[in-house]
Amino acid sequence: MLEAKGIHTFYGASHVLHGIDFRVGKGETVALMGRNGMGKSTLLKSLLGIVHPRQGKVAVHGRDVTGWETSAVIRLGLAYVPEGRGMFHNLTVREHLAMAARPAPDGRRDWTFERVLETFPRLAERLDNLGTHLSGGEQQMLSIGRALMTNPRLLILDEATEGLAPLIRRDIWHVIRAIKDTGIASVIVDKNVGVLLDLADRHVILVKGEVVYDGGPETLKSDSSILERHIGL
Amino acid sequence: MDFWFFLIQLLNGVQYGLLLFLVASGLTLIFGIMGIINLAHGAFYMLGAYLAWWLAGVTGSLVAAVLLSLPIAALVGYVIEAVLVRTLYKRDHLDQVLLTYGLILIFNEAQRIFWGNDVHGVAVPQALAWSFKLTETLSYPAYRVVLSVVCGALALVMYFVIAKTRFGMWVRAGASNREMVAALGINVKLLFGLVFAIGAALAGLAGAISTPITSVAPGMGDTVLIICFVVVVIGGVGSVKGAFLGALLIGLADTFGKVFVPDFASFTVYGVMAAVLLWKPRGLFA
Repeated sequence: MLEAKGIHTFYGASHVLHGIDFRVGKGETVALMGRNGMGKSTLLKSLLGIVHPRQGKVAVHGRDVTGWETSAVIRLGLAYVPEGRGMFHNLTVREHLAMAARPAPDGRRDWTFERVLETFPRLAERLDNLGTHLSGGEQQMLSIGRALMTNPRLLILDEATEGLAPLIRRDIWHVIRAIKDTGIASVIVDKNVGVLLDLADRHVILVKGEVVYDGGPETLKSDSSILERHIGL
Repeated sequence: MDFWFFLIQLLNGVQYGLLLFLVASGLTLIFGIMGIINLAHGAFYMLGAYLAWWLAGVTGSLVAAVLLSLPIAALVGYVIEAVLVRTLYKRDHLDQVLLTYGLILIFNEAQRIFWGNDVHGVAVPQALAWSFKLTETLSYPAYRVVLSVVCGALALVMYFVIAKTRFGMWVRAGASNREMVAALGINVKLLFGLVFAIGAALAGLAGAISTPITSVAPGMGDTVLIICFVVVVIGGVGSVKGAFLGALLIGLADTFGKVFVPDFASFTVYGVMAAVLLWKPRGLFA
């Protein structure tokens, strides 16, 4: 459902991505891995048109979206949970969810306000609090809940559990697994390799803006030298 | 000072404040959400006033003239945003100031070409050309009351739209984190264009409905612009609530300043601004 070919992205003069091919199939969960500064976030932003690659093509459902506005790419059924969570300091929890609500491109409305609150009961207790007054874990739940309100077919999570306490992490992973089970595809960036090996259908490892591994978890599990070399485990 | 005289000044101050709010609310939203310092905002006020005067002459009805000038001001605002301002979102404030200052010059020159340099007045509509009799000698014109009611009603509508509707949430979210709004699939370009057009329409409306109580004259937009920047700074940049309080404060300070300390009348507004900023350096609601 998403396919990128030969992506080259620059920040000013610095060449961050060197010809990356990246694809996500329908309902597939892809873990995007690599050390800090290897280009993971930049790749996600290049897919969404938040930064525009200088070369290469991005297609969503077979439509060439290269150079499109972010909002137009997103409306094809993508949702983005950014690093840092992207809270609005002047909106309440209720408003974060209400402003994002939208049926899927095919008119489906699986995720409603009520269902998001069922998924994240803690948000239901804090509906009238401002987004920035929540704890880190609650902010991440709100960021994911807000993304689900757009009824996406592909959820993109950058640093899914960064900076969260272990118990909260467990909750978040639990929800991500539940979302996967509903058939929503996802791209997940996270430092927790163990969970990702267990959860994702496919793993892509970036080193210095290039793909050095693209395959299933079995190879990574059986040959630990790949992870050692590229991620430092 | 007698009670009725005081009441009249109070009503005048509130009415002036509410009128300022119509102009300043657009200015603060455009600066708060889009990060654009729009020096040309006063030009929309002038445009509204000249359109109302001109169309009132053509149609014979001020009400029709006001209703016609509203969409014209909105359209001019939308086109200016789409063609010129949109290119400057990623530039710094100096570039924006240069462009919008240039727009002031163009607007003022266009006004001279189309409508000349004469000062004009517009008569109060027949139906409102009467006064509330307060005492034997004092009365209060009905038109000013209607003006205050219209401005007050619009302020309420604006509050409702911004606080309760999804459009209002998008506008507030845009002021907080534009990139994230776009990343939720909301067309930020269209949103900004609409906010700019609404801001222009409100400023134009303020200019249009104030024609019977003020003169339609060259440079009228510049005076309003400066006062409105004072209002925006007092209220806190980007805050509509702040603009509302700031506008009332300035309206009252200006009106009572002219009555109590006429020698310092041109200073009272800035005195209030200085006092507020000493107390809250970022404005009341920043």
